[in-house]
Amino acid sequence: MKGITTGQIKMNIAVLSGKGGTGKTMVSVNLARITVPSVYVDCDVEEPNGHLYFKPEDVVCEEVSVLVPKSDPDKCNGCRECVRFCRFNALVFSLDRLTVFNDMCHSCGGCSVICPQEAITEYPRTIGHLELGRSGDVYVRTGIMNIGEVAGSPIISRLLDVNTSPKKGITFIDCPPGSSCMVMESIKDADFCLLVTEPTIFGTHNLKMVVELVTEFDKPFGVILNKTVEGEADPSEEYCLENHIPIIGRIPFDRELSNLSSEAKIASEESVRFENLFQSILDNISEMV
Amino acid sequence: MKIIVPVSDNTDDSNVDPSLSRAPYYMVYDSETGASESISNSAKDSPSGAGVKAAQTIVDAGAEVLLTVRCGDRAYNVLNGAGIKIMSASPGKAKDNIDAYLKGNLSELDTIHEGHHHGAN
Repeated sequence: MKGITTGQIKMNIAVLSGKGGTGKTMVSVNLARITVPSVYVDCDVEEPNGHLYFKPEDVVCEEVSVLVPKSDPDKCNGCRECVRFCRFNALVFSLDRLTVFNDMCHSCGGCSVICPQEAITEYPRTIGHLELGRSGDVYVRTGIMNIGEVAGSPIISRLLDVNTSPKKGITFIDCPPGSSCMVMESIKDADFCLLVTEPTIFGTHNLKMVVELVTEFDKPFGVILNKTVEGEADPSEEYCLENHIPIIGRIPFDRELSNLSSEAKIASEESVRFENLFQSILDNISEMV
Repeated sequence: MKIIVPVSDNTDDSNVDPSLSRAPYYMVYDSETGASESISNSAKDSPSGAGVKAAQTIVDAGAEVLLTVRCGDRAYNVLNGAGIKIMSASPGKAKDNIDAYLKGNLSELDTIHEGHHHGAN
């Protein structure tokens, strides 16, 4: 599709990997930088780090909260309908009162609906926040989960919904590692999934898991082989070739690239060599969507 | 006084089950009558929150003492909050552990693990 590299169309590209440390953020940041105007969304809410590269300005914060139940002890008659209803076992009735395990609650609201005494009401509980800013023509959105929280999906959902985007341009969704609910939340509106992997057994193993995931979601996808070494066996490459999975790009195991990344510099901004490399990856994607 | 023990099957001769929340049954022993009954554990196949659900069952059974090999933090919060004494059981017969408790030979469980929290995401 023409226009992908010139900001003429609007689409979502999710970058995911299964294994952590394969280069999701490095790829997302570089692609977002060379396709302005663009949006970079850091869905790795447990440890977001894309903002370190972009150093966004004019940052606006927005709290994210979820609804959790509380019970009015004067109305509750201890029937335990709510305890039986909760499939996540977030509720316990003991010593004549209801206890809520907030971190296990999925905010379905069912307990408040089912309570025959109308004793249960919901109230918002803050679990994290968003930071929305800009770095030149890249709109940078970061989700940050509070320490001690376990469920980041509501933050990701809000992060993808919030509208700070330009009218046109590509949104790059930097997903959390793994293939959990948080990754599913991150890719659900993606038009294309970019799978970043590395030439290790572990990298290949988790690549297979995300291939299964994106296949289940019926998403078009392709693979970037990162940290490749000329002439050395690459189990991820073998896996892609065997399974006819398109390889969209190869990023070499490169001292300069890792030095730039470790200094939180965006390689495609610093060197024409890397700008060309990421441009070719974009060109390959544009042929697939 | 009711004493409850997670057990591997529903016989009087059952062994202690190493998991508090995934044990298939609980043996409930009444020290006044010497009778024991077995109740099934509806939490054993829960995808998440098994500890909380198991604790609800134990509280509802009217137990005052729990003999267990292990206990997670959430179940501990519920049980401790309900004033249930949590004693350290040893692998082997449930009845042997009950006898040991009645003779004062069991100590309180001193390690509470963080639980195996699945599916919260």
